[in-house]
Amino acid sequence: MRTNRLALAALAVTLAAGCSGAPQETASPSKAPAGPVTLTYWTWVPNMDKIVKVWNAANPDITVTVSKQAGGDDAAAKFLTAAKAGNPPDLVQAEYQMLPSFVAADAVADLTAETAQAKAEFGEGIWGLVTLGTDAVYALPQDSGPMMLYYRRDLFDKFGIEVPKTWQEYGEAARTVHKKDPEVFLGTFSSKDPGSFTGLAQQAGAQWWSISGESWKVAINDAATTKVADFWGGLVKEGVIDGQPYFTPEWNKALNDGKLLTWPSAVWGPGVLSSNAPKAKGKWAIAPLPQWSAGENSSGFWGGSSTAVAEKSPNRAAAAKFATWLNTDPEALELLVKEGAVYPAATKGGALLTEAPDYFSSQPDFWQQVAAISATARGFTFGPNVNVTYNAFKDGFDQAVQDKAGFAAAVGKMQEATLADMRKSGFQIAP
Amino acid sequence: MRASRVPYLFLAPAMALFTLFMALPIGYTIYLSLRGAKVSGLGLGKGARSEIFVGAANYTDALADGALWNGWLRVLAYGLLVLVVMLGLALLFALLLDTAHVRLARFSRISIFLPFAVPGVAATLMWGFLYLPSLSPIRAVLDVDLLGPTAVTFSMANIAVWGGVGFNMLVLYTALRAVPRAYYEAARIDGASEIQIALRIKIPILLPAIILTTVFSIIATVQVFTEPTALRPLTNTISSTWSPLMKVYRDAFVTGDLYSAAATSIIIAAISLVLSFGFLRVVRDRAFGEG
Repeated sequence: MRTNRLALAALAVTLAAGCSGAPQETASPSKAPAGPVTLTYWTWVPNMDKIVKVWNAANPDITVTVSKQAGGDDAAAKFLTAAKAGNPPDLVQAEYQMLPSFVAADAVADLTAETAQAKAEFGEGIWGLVTLGTDAVYALPQDSGPMMLYYRRDLFDKFGIEVPKTWQEYGEAARTVHKKDPEVFLGTFSSKDPGSFTGLAQQAGAQWWSISGESWKVAINDAATTKVADFWGGLVKEGVIDGQPYFTPEWNKALNDGKLLTWPSAVWGPGVLSSNAPKAKGKWAIAPLPQWSAGENSSGFWGGSSTAVAEKSPNRAAAAKFATWLNTDPEALELLVKEGAVYPAATKGGALLTEAPDYFSSQPDFWQQVAAISATARGFTFGPNVNVTYNAFKDGFDQAVQDKAGFAAAVGKMQEATLADMRKSGFQIAP
Repeated sequence: MRASRVPYLFLAPAMALFTLFMALPIGYTIYLSLRGAKVSGLGLGKGARSEIFVGAANYTDALADGALWNGWLRVLAYGLLVLVVMLGLALLFALLLDTAHVRLARFSRISIFLPFAVPGVAATLMWGFLYLPSLSPIRAVLDVDLLGPTAVTFSMANIAVWGGVGFNMLVLYTALRAVPRAYYEAARIDGASEIQIALRIKIPILLPAIILTTVFSIIATVQVFTEPTALRPLTNTISSTWSPLMKVYRDAFVTGDLYSAAATSIIIAAISLVLSFGFLRVVRDRAFGEG
């Protein structure tokens, strides 16, 4: 008989915990570092090693080592496992939606004292994402992902459609396009990307989690979210919007061949498009997301992340110092923009972005547009088990896209799974 | 006195490794499976989360979970397909390669074996690209969605068969080469045809090796994980609990519930134990009884 992998992993966990337990208990976490310290930093920002090199040259006492991560949900799971095992990195890139899970697992440190001065560098909305609406501060915001509509300007002309101002117009355009050429879709609904759906729900005004007193309120199936789900579910059912997931070879091909005309996505979209659809360079443009009613002006967030310090890090002060430098210092912000292709969360970061991305060279006011859109984006408080909700999204919407029978049931499943998990763990839930 | 200690000395390294890498992890998994997380209030801040003893709750939850049983049903269908087709082909190829007049034996043997050397993830991605509707060359000939709800089981079994035939063929073929040639000569003198030799002499002699490969294959199919996990990002038809082991992975590393993941893995281990030992029990007398 073979033993299973989990058991081996479990052993690794016990061993690691045994090895690293002792020194951490003796170190006092918030004391300033006495001698030179070395910090490990888990991140998936491209070229972070180059940015860190600049820091290391200027701060011989605090040497940061970058460990490149794959990013996404796996990176969060990896950090939580390492934290449970007792040997997490000192610093970790934490997506905003995962931060509450990290806090709930007692895996990240409260940086209230260390970040008192940095607070002024960020907008209120972004700052709320790292405080979770409490008095504590759990991370420093790094980047944000306001959503907008990416569209093929040339093909819009070819099909004779206008840039949709409302979602209703978007639906009409989808019908027109698919009728003119059954091979072509205005867009696709991805059942693999809960972050995208979350952003669209935020735009509609959803509030999936909220804190009232000492209990959580969970409303994933609220009216706003149901409206968004019904809209997309209806278009998929009608067959005028495709149901293939984003970021697959098939999707790349459709983008590259001009078979998909729009992509409601976030500010980091240019990087994806330029590597996945190189043939369409210069043909894409951006516009604000279509609105739910004419005259409105709002958007949501897809992605965006912060820099958190592990609760078990023996060098909390040094780590907070580096995190503050990285996300607020003008030199670091410039490096983040240039080397890391990051859209900085710090308010003064926006001014650094002047030249439109190469891929969008036909839209010289790209960053002005982004700044205008970014000001209209609204987020919401994330709950302590977003991973469960997101997993329920994938399973529920996979099925719903396949069945083409509307999306309302899938939203219901997300709500149910989230509540069931919170109840099982014993979270206080408001009726 | 001294002599009696020697066996223990020889055993020590093996026992130490067994304890470290088998007994301890299994023990820890059992321990985890009896525990659960307990949160108070909002669950934020220090000390809001603790670990408590929950008894058999994780087991009862896992056993009552419809998703897990649906996973077992899918794996059962997948497993039957893989076992029958893969072992059937492996046996056929082994027998063909062992016949007297085969040409290009070396080349055929290597080319049948080669897919086994391709890592599972690479093989799955390669096949995944061949299955994707707009990229698939197969689609040009055959008008089915190879990643559709029903077809996906067959598509997945195909990957396992492609990768596994070579290894099983090699095991069977090696066993065949160990058979004294004199048996076949005697049979030929008695007027047996090649087919009769295969059916009446080779297969009965091969039975222990066939049983061995079957047991290995049962264990491998119960633990199917790589193929569905690597295919999942490409299609809507594979859920996060497609196979039981995927549910373990999801619980442990996606939804962060190590405890129920531990309980489910113990259940999976128990079921594969029952299946493989059950199979051995059924065939034991036929295979090894006559000695």
